[in-house]
Amino acid sequence: MRSVGLRRALVAIGILIGAWLLVPTLIVIPISFSGEDSFAFPPSSWSLRHYRTFFTEPSWLNALLISIQLAVIVTVVATLLGTAAAFALSRTAFRGRGALNAMFLAPLIVPGIVVAVAVYAAFLQWGLIGTPLGFIVAHTVLAIPFVTVNVGAALGGFDRTLERAAASLGASSVATFRGVTLPLIMPGVLSGAVFAFVTSFDEVVVSMFVQSPQLQTLPVRMFTSVTNEVDPTIAAASTVVITVTTALLTLAATMRRSRRHA
Amino acid sequence: MVSVSPAKAASPPVPVAARPRRGARAPLLLALPAVVVLAVFFVVPAARLAWLSVSTPELGLGNYTGLASDGVVVTVVLRTLGMAAVVTVLCVLCAYPYAYLMTIVGARWRAVLTALVLLPFWTSLMARTFAWVVLLQDTGVVNGLLAAIGLGPTRLLGTTAGVSIAMAQVMLPFMVLPVYAAMRGIDRRLVDAAMGLGATPVAAFLRVYLPLSLRGVAAGATLVMVLSLGFYVTPSLVGSPQQSMLAQLISVQVNQLVDFGAAGALAVTLLLVTLVLVAGVQRLTRTGGAPVGLVGGAGS
Repeated sequence: MRSVGLRRALVAIGILIGAWLLVPTLIVIPISFSGEDSFAFPPSSWSLRHYRTFFTEPSWLNALLISIQLAVIVTVVATLLGTAAAFALSRTAFRGRGALNAMFLAPLIVPGIVVAVAVYAAFLQWGLIGTPLGFIVAHTVLAIPFVTVNVGAALGGFDRTLERAAASLGASSVATFRGVTLPLIMPGVLSGAVFAFVTSFDEVVVSMFVQSPQLQTLPVRMFTSVTNEVDPTIAAASTVVITVTTALLTLAATMRRSRRHA
Repeated sequence: MVSVSPAKAASPPVPVAARPRRGARAPLLLALPAVVVLAVFFVVPAARLAWLSVSTPELGLGNYTGLASDGVVVTVVLRTLGMAAVVTVLCVLCAYPYAYLMTIVGARWRAVLTALVLLPFWTSLMARTFAWVVLLQDTGVVNGLLAAIGLGPTRLLGTTAGVSIAMAQVMLPFMVLPVYAAMRGIDRRLVDAAMGLGATPVAAFLRVYLPLSLRGVAAGATLVMVLSLGFYVTPSLVGSPQQSMLAQLISVQVNQLVDFGAAGALAVTLLLVTLVLVAGVQRLTRTGGAPVGLVGGAGS
């Protein structure tokens, strides 16, 4: 129907935009292997020294370890709370359910800077600035919506007759949940958990306000690095972060595919 | 409970009717921990900030009127609106042909094009922003390309031009996905019918296809606009303090001036604008799922 020329032009535009989407992110990888102390691209010599700095210098290594520990804790807490909440919201009809749903989505919609300032003002009063607990609750708030959305989606496509079948065969409600419901919504729970991890691991804006010089997450350390210094260690940090998140999200995508086939 | 009459025990409606009621209360309790966490650490802080904006230093709308009459604030707000508009237009121009291409290629290429949109979408914002700092530096790749076609080198880092290039790339997925969703739902036979009735391809596109796809464009444009208005990381690192945007201004009010009243007033204003725009999108799309799921990915 459309002319061949138009199609060719579209493909060319598509390739250009696709490259524009992908390439800028990948440029950090060669820079992370450079042997120089600048962001020159392409690097004129190669080395692993920026990785050595990243994994040995305390300010970088501590930030990485804090980010990993924090993300793991947030993942566990947000997945538990979010799954339970998604279950409750999908199984009950009551007045005010719309408002509750809105509250569960709000952290996704409210601009990061607004959350950050609100949390900062409150945490200052409550003595939570620069504390592990402060980071955990702030990140959990941001991560819960991703769990409820994913688990909610899994519960939405769920055949309730399976639960009734189990119950009619004598299973208690706990046994039904463990034996029937949970295994079926597991892919949704796991992808929610992955999103919770990535949310915490990547979060910058709120963390900038909750941090203290003694307690910094990796994205905060990276932010400080870009503002204050020209140090290619951040390229190594970026490469590590990109590798970790890409691996986790590929895992999540694979799980979602298996859910579709189930 | 034990002494159920035979007639009742035999009829299935009793257990079936009893279950939902028992189940109705127990699951609701399951939501309680999450509700408490969100209420205490999200709703209360947000409400406190809104209260601070009308109560510090004194009760009233002084912070709001003060900001509205402050020339610097007005300049920053106008700059933020202008930047958001530029980024939105750039995203529409790039996303429309890209999304259209997604609708006419085969399944395999569609998967590749989708992955290209989703991958940066979920890649660390810090890593992507750092990459743009490197690309836009005076001796960077972008300037090399500009010089090659005779347009540069020019200063990009610390300028609004640099910020809009970087932000448009960060925002593009938010535009591509809703536009693609709208285009996927268009019945191509309508275009064929228009041409069968004598419309030129251009006329068929302008009069039939474009209007049908505009809903997705509007949804995507609103999302990009909303996210751009509150964007902090990319403008802070790619831009300069002299060219600061609204989110940076809020941050300065808090960190340097420790003026929670003014910061609160700015934050509440930004939030209200965001909510109005999001409500508009919800009315437009009525699907909710995809756009809402996307909003968080920015991490702003």
